[in-house]
Amino acid sequence: MVNYDEILSIPPYSMDKDQKHTFLTGVLKELSAHHYENCEGYRRIIDGLSYDIAATESYYDLPCLPVRLFKEYELRSIAEDSVVKTMTSSGTTGQQVSKIFLDREASANQTKTLTKIVSSYLGSTRLPMIILDTSAIVKNRAMFSARGAGILGFQMFGRDKIYALNENMELDVEGLTAFLEKHKGEDIFLFGFTFMIWQHFYEELKKSGYRPDLSRGILIHGGGWKKLVDKKVSPAEFKAALRDVCGIQRVYDYYGMVEQTGTIYMECECGHLHASIFSDVITRRASDFSVCEKGEKGLIEVVSVLPKSYPGHALLTEDEGIVLGEDDCPCGRKGKYFSILGRIKNAEVRGCSDTYATKFK
Amino acid sequence: MTNLELYNNAFKEAFGVEEADLAGLEYQGIANWDSVGHMNLVSLLEDAFDIMMDTDDIIDFSSYEKGKEILAKYEKTI
Repeated sequence: MVNYDEILSIPPYSMDKDQKHTFLTGVLKELSAHHYENCEGYRRIIDGLSYDIAATESYYDLPCLPVRLFKEYELRSIAEDSVVKTMTSSGTTGQQVSKIFLDREASANQTKTLTKIVSSYLGSTRLPMIILDTSAIVKNRAMFSARGAGILGFQMFGRDKIYALNENMELDVEGLTAFLEKHKGEDIFLFGFTFMIWQHFYEELKKSGYRPDLSRGILIHGGGWKKLVDKKVSPAEFKAALRDVCGIQRVYDYYGMVEQTGTIYMECECGHLHASIFSDVITRRASDFSVCEKGEKGLIEVVSVLPKSYPGHALLTEDEGIVLGEDDCPCGRKGKYFSILGRIKNAEVRGCSDTYATKFK
Repeated sequence: MTNLELYNNAFKEAFGVEEADLAGLEYQGIANWDSVGHMNLVSLLEDAFDIMMDTDDIIDFSSYEKGKEILAKYEKTI
């Protein structure tokens, strides 16, 4: 069976295309067989497609489930009583949410994987941390929204944490001033969701005239661009606007989803999202689901070695993107690099910051 | 206070458990030792011993007993 300790000892951006293909095919094939054995819903899909898991030669050929399926069905490959955590996508009110069931092993491996990936950007020393969100978000401990899980997962990289927003989503100027005074001259780690940062941090700073010095800050943000696209804010403008109000230079986006928590895709110094060896993206043509060429826009399939407690190891998302290249990004990291163009038309609003944003319409 | 007392107090405060519950206690073994409780425990220990743990050590900190080994790396003998 899949040996996660061994997998997690491999540096996250160390394999070239062929090595990674062999590695992922092996792991994902094993996971498929595991889910076939242990999840009735998955077995019925595979049987319905008459797919032969044992004959798989490439992970590109494995059937991928539409992410929507996790909203309509409770899919799990573990006994109900070994579920320690249920994660939900951040649906707006009235929307159905995905439910992802984790046992202890799955939950621990998500955290470990996230750490491997993010440490390659932040190092293993923990930095003073500002969470650009409200403390109200992690109140219910048993039922994690994607936003709460993101905040908790990233707390591992911080110390002496503060939330920049109070329970009413207002900027805590006093708290921030004291915090920055205390950590003068140190690098500061900031984390938040894209739209939340724009609406409650950037807009508030612009309005208030308060200009905290975050020139030593490193911001990691994620959760979807759709709402900022609606506001005609591009990633470049987002970075420039933040630099204007607080002097921050190092700003990295990431792409990820609750159905594959842990294996996120971090933006590098060159502005590209990167796949680690623990996961991959495949762009597909909507007409026949064949694989796109490099540079061609397509629907995004994501595969991840982590989902073992639920059959989410190969998923078709509702996002469109472009694979820009593989193994040759100037930042030096191996693996595919890509960009996300947004959600396909008529797809639901989802994404941690996007669902929140529907309140502001 | 001895190091053992400091160590035990952090667990008792973080998870609301009694001295007798500590031996054999594991991450995710009780409702309060979840990921939120875990980070609370880490910051209580860091304050009590005036140390800063590496990210990898926070993740490896999987039980009451394992934690003692990890603190030994920071020259804190429990």
